[in-house]
Amino acid sequence: MSDTSAKKPAVLKVENLQAWYGESHILHGMTFDVNEGEVVTLLGRNGAGKTTTLRSIMGIVEARTGVVEINGKSALSVPAHMISPMGIAYCPEERGIYKSLTVRENLMLPPVIAPGGMTVDEIFELFPNIAERLNSGGGNLSGGEQQMLAIARILRTGCRLLLLDEPTEGLAPVIVQAIGRVLKTLKSRGYTILLVEQNFRFAATVADRHYVVEHGQVIDQIANSDIGRESGRLHEYLGI
Amino acid sequence: MDIFGVPIQALLGQVLIGLINGGFYAILSLGLALIFGLLNIINFAHGAVYTAGAFVAWLLLEYLGIGYWGALLFAPGIIALIGIFLEKTLVSQIYRQDHLYGLLLTYGMALIIEGGFRQVYGVSGIPYNLPEALSGGVNLGFMYLPIYRGWVVVVSFVVCILVWYVIERTKLGSTLRAATENPALTKAFGINVPRLITLIYGLGVGLAAFAGVLAAPIYQVNPLMGSNLIIVVFAVVVIGGMGSIMGAILSGFALGVVEGLTKVFYPPASQLVIFIFMAAILLIRPAGLFGRKQ
Repeated sequence: MSDTSAKKPAVLKVENLQAWYGESHILHGMTFDVNEGEVVTLLGRNGAGKTTTLRSIMGIVEARTGVVEINGKSALSVPAHMISPMGIAYCPEERGIYKSLTVRENLMLPPVIAPGGMTVDEIFELFPNIAERLNSGGGNLSGGEQQMLAIARILRTGCRLLLLDEPTEGLAPVIVQAIGRVLKTLKSRGYTILLVEQNFRFAATVADRHYVVEHGQVIDQIANSDIGRESGRLHEYLGI
Repeated sequence: MDIFGVPIQALLGQVLIGLINGGFYAILSLGLALIFGLLNIINFAHGAVYTAGAFVAWLLLEYLGIGYWGALLFAPGIIALIGIFLEKTLVSQIYRQDHLYGLLLTYGMALIIEGGFRQVYGVSGIPYNLPEALSGGVNLGFMYLPIYRGWVVVVSFVVCILVWYVIERTKLGSTLRAATENPALTKAFGINVPRLITLIYGLGVGLAAFAGVLAAPIYQVNPLMGSNLIIVVFAVVVIGGMGSIMGAILSGFALGVVEGLTKVFYPPASQLVIFIFMAAILLIRPAGLFGRKQ
């Protein structure tokens, strides 16, 4: 009870979220929240419904019911293109770099929806590789560069709530470290981040809390400070 | 001077006619490629829209006294507005359906538009006079060039390059390309993709109407003028590569010239040559000359 006053307000609240791909029922009542300035992860095995959760929040999966509130407003009943302007930005698992656009066009594509986003110069400071590749085609980037660009382009928008889907997947350790540094920088600047990860060792270096997802539901919650003590439980959940 | 036994005047004359037809092919296939890219619909009404552009030009002159130059501006504008209305009310209903529904709907629209003009104006064609400033011709020494025909080649080329520039080099264009490549993610960035779709349908049919106005003084205003052209335009789009802007422009002009030259060297094949090209391209490069593999 006492912690409600101490806690910052939830910028993302998800309650009993159900979602379907065609006939198959993927999410069976996801419930969790993310408070301002927190980094929260969704951990779970392949096919648990983590990516579908993010896609449902963003309106990419349309067949969904339940509650999704962004900064206190319902995001479930508005058209997909009205969700990001509520203050949320999305970096998809497949990175979603447009091949028919140059790197510069990819970077400048997402519209600025609130003041206070990073300037292009700040972004180049964080991601020096992108500055060198501005005129390349989006399809000519390496996996790591694509991931950097996918994160960079949503930092321009002024959105303070970021959904990142497996930003380290398939990348070399040195690039994973670089992305870890970027996430810590973002956290120190007060961004709120919902991170989907399979790599919980990576997640533990940046996150405040972890939700464990299985069969389209949250089955457990672990504070990052307890992750050492709870590692046995986590190993069991994640099958590692 | 002869080339392979053909007088150079005859040759250049056919090249010119080829370039004119190529201009119409290019503008029409450009609109088709844009619409297919973003809406994923093959707009079978495109030929009928071209016809409607010519009719609107004639109606503007007949009832409002608005001449060629006004028609060049207003006819595409009027048709674009009608197109936007039809997209909002009819075409948008079928985006989630199979391609077949798009075919049935747009083909039905074409039959209604063409049938309507045919019912009211018959099939004999209505003459539309050349604008005075563009009548007459110039003797280039090696051939006589009717000014209007030169104008059509130049203006259709300029319009094509302008559209290419907007699509490939501007912010609006990069947003359009993004919406074409990955509409779901583009919406997730907060971009109003449904409005872009409406805009592109309006632009595509506006271009077809523009070509119709350009064609009116050459071919007369005739309810069947579009259906004569559209089959070739579909072949051009397939050859250029579905959804490729530069492909549509280049193959439009090139195939117009190929068709013209075939008329000189082996006239019986002139109706056929584009389709032979199409079959060959489909065998060698199924995505078209400039198309990207899906």
